[in-house]
Amino acid sequence: MEPSIRLAQVEPTLGNLAANLDLHLAQIGQATHDGIDLIAFPELSLTGYFLKDQTSDVARDLDAPELRSLIEASRDISIVVGFVESAPDGRVYNATAFLEDGRVLGVHRKVHLVTYGMFEESRDFAAGECFEPIESKHGRFGLLTCEDVWHMDGAYLYFMAGVDAFLISSAGPGRGVTRTEPEDGEDAASELSSNRTWRTIQDGLALWTRTPVLYVNRVGWEDGIVFAGATRAVDADANLVAGPLGLDPGHVDVTLGSTATRRSRTRTPLRRDEKPWILARGLAAHTGLVPPSRSEPESGTNPG
Amino acid sequence: MSVIDSKALLDLDPALATDLLVRFLRAEAGKFGFERAVLGLSGGVDSAVSCALAARAFGPQNVLAILMPYRTSNPDSARDAERVVAATGVQSKLVEISDMVDGYLDQEGVQDQTRRGNVMARARMIVLYDHSARDNALVIGTSNKTEILLGYSTQFGDAACALNPLGDLWKHQVFQLAAHLDLPDEVSAKPPSADLFEGQSDEDDLGFSYAEADAVLVRLVDHRWSQDDLVRAGFDADLVERLGRRIVINQYKRLPPIVAKLGERTVNQDFRYLRSWGH
Repeated sequence: MEPSIRLAQVEPTLGNLAANLDLHLAQIGQATHDGIDLIAFPELSLTGYFLKDQTSDVARDLDAPELRSLIEASRDISIVVGFVESAPDGRVYNATAFLEDGRVLGVHRKVHLVTYGMFEESRDFAAGECFEPIESKHGRFGLLTCEDVWHMDGAYLYFMAGVDAFLISSAGPGRGVTRTEPEDGEDAASELSSNRTWRTIQDGLALWTRTPVLYVNRVGWEDGIVFAGATRAVDADANLVAGPLGLDPGHVDVTLGSTATRRSRTRTPLRRDEKPWILARGLAAHTGLVPPSRSEPESGTNPG
Repeated sequence: MSVIDSKALLDLDPALATDLLVRFLRAEAGKFGFERAVLGLSGGVDSAVSCALAARAFGPQNVLAILMPYRTSNPDSARDAERVVAATGVQSKLVEISDMVDGYLDQEGVQDQTRRGNVMARARMIVLYDHSARDNALVIGTSNKTEILLGYSTQFGDAACALNPLGDLWKHQVFQLAAHLDLPDEVSAKPPSADLFEGQSDEDDLGFSYAEADAVLVRLVDHRWSQDDLVRAGFDADLVERLGRRIVINQYKRLPPIVAKLGERTVNQDFRYLRSWGH
């Protein structure tokens, strides 16, 4: 039985944990009732996005009551939720927790904090340092938080780890209303240029990894900035299989099709033909960061 | 030539922009419990577009457009404003500002045209904010991005508002929205004017056209061209320099007042919260 996944495009209230927790629990209850296996919420879904000096007020560790109640709810359904994590060492992260069977399977701390243009995340958050796949009973997931996808390292590492799907959670603001001429075969439907860019990146990510991409963004406004929705999912061939949603709250359900992914990877065996040692050698030559290795270890063997 | 083809940079998708701006007004007002709007309607294209957007966002019955002519205002302006009222179906009211403005101007013997214009703009602000309090309605702004960057407005006057749907739209885009929103042709066809005295024209005051300004500003501001890049691309060097200088010298109009920092956390410096704080 392929897992059914709900991408919940919600509208959190800035800094209001209690209201946002209620919103999550209501959505989780509905999804459980609908027989969904995994519900995913957007980046910082529990807190809102442009927190600035509210960041420390809404930071929570995994034992906080808000997280405890979500962990408890994960006995019935797997949950991916965005929150501000207060780590034991005092650092604060833009974090995404994967909750399942009443426990925390993993927490992805956003690696690529965005600090340019309208964004100033590095001012408020510490950066995560790794991309570790989540081993869920529903598959192996690569969690990426918004800007993480605009850099190639996380996607590449998850690709090499053989994830079943990328799960991108985002608080992506919309911008760009200039008219664009549709390309051949495209309809002229209105689309924010930021959403066009996101769509291109997601489709590219699917195509060069032959891996489904699940994208869940939020909606709503914070001081004149709109969060642009467009929650959607593509399969391993970048075919649209769910969404895109518009600018209103809502959700899409998608079934992770392992058969379709397997066929795509059989037709186009990019992972088999990947040569990571060339990357390692190049990084070593250009940055001195990675020792060169002569070849990739076979699957299941000790890389040492 | 100073207006190099800028269509690709400036032409907007009017349906998309309208949808966003209507959502913006509804969401940001609703967040704070407001369901009504008030705005000044001059008969010009900017306030006409704001009025049409507010009518869509709040429903025309919940929008009050106030016509505030001074005795030297062009009578055509009031007629065009009435056309906008008829086209959008909003509530309207006429508040003559001549007596309140002259009360001060005569007392102080103000002859300078800029000072007189500023007093009129601030008198209109007083009227709008009084009606805002009376009706529990938010003041909707009418300043576009071009005039905000040029500083072609009166601080605490026509620039004063709670929500501004036009503030990130170039003048060219305001005209596009006016057409999309089916506003009367008379409003879009006439030369833009602050209408502080009869026969005034924005483009005469500024010394360049809005088309020229938009073409330069969209590159300087949105696309981070340097002034040298613009001159190399064929834009008039003097125009580019004047526009660049106007942006800089008017920055004060775009920011809250400067607060002297004495303590550990200072409002607008390192006391950082959105208006949406808790909403």
